Amino acid sequence: MTAESDTERTRQTIFRIMQETAFARALDMTLVSAAAGVAVLKIPYQEKLVGNPDTGIVHGGVITSLLDHTLGCAVFSALETLELIATLDLRIDYMRAAEPGRDIFAHAAVTKIATSIAFASGTAYHDEPGDPIATSTAAFMIVTDNGRKAGASRG
Amino acid sequence: MVEPAATKGPAARTADVATLLERIPFARFLGMEVERKGNELTFILRYAPHLIGNPILPALHGGVIGAFLEQSALLELVWDLRLERLPKPIDVSIDYLRPGHPVDTYARAVITKRGRRVANVRAEAWQDQRAKPIAALHGHFMMSPAEAQKE
Repeated sequence: MTAESDTERTRQTIFRIMQETAFARALDMTLVSAAAGVAVLKIPYQEKLVGNPDTGIVHGGVITSLLDHTLGCAVFSALETLELIATLDLRIDYMRAAEPGRDIFAHAAVTKIATSIAFASGTAYHDEPGDPIATSTAAFMIVTDNGRKAGASRG
Repeated sequence: MVEPAATKGPAARTADVATLLERIPFARFLGMEVERKGNELTFILRYAPHLIGNPILPALHGGVIGAFLEQSALLELVWDLRLERLPKPIDVSIDYLRPGHPVDTYARAVITKRGRRVANVRAEAWQDQRAKPIAALHGHFMMSPAEAQKE
């Protein structure tokens, strides 16, 4: 199997998971790109996402939701079989306010997949990850026994 | 002239927080409400199908719970410190302790420390039993320079 078809299958899997997730749909989150252990997602600016009615700045919780979902997608894309994962903890550092009217992207990468735990980190941004709105790290529990298999294959 | 928050009683300040919740589009989108019992605010997240993040369990999205706790912490600061403006989050750390079932969720927040510009807040969310929290947040929030000068 070629690396290309592998990537395409990963992308399709993540796309399906996103479609089945009501809250991601409600926020109009879309998948920009995905590869094994990496995901990029986008949320378009919408009035309903505003957290401060005086400034029009998007709610911190929107950034939290986008990062949680993107980090989760990165973990999904690194697993060999489709497992259930649960966020154990999530840390968000808000670097600067998101700019009203602009789409928000998030890039996430898996740091390590262990036996039943996965670590990932990511960044929310407008133009490039080097100019972050927020950065994030998280630990996830891989819920089913098959997590062992996924972990073993990644040393 | 509008009465400043500094001289208002608990009931009037709770009404202000409820009005603020109505004005925040994302809080409305989540479906948040507030109730006061004595000197404690309880924030309520009404269950709705669009809040689901895991369709298999089903369970509330981690982002929903995080956003609910962050908004609860922000409004506790506004209420408790009699702020006129919403503080800005600096960082938040969320521990997910149990799955969020598709039912109403409650939260209370406590100000751990108030500094000149920065406040540290802890918040907990629960569903059926207060003693079994589904998530806990702690975070730092920046108050506007104008608010800091009030002290």
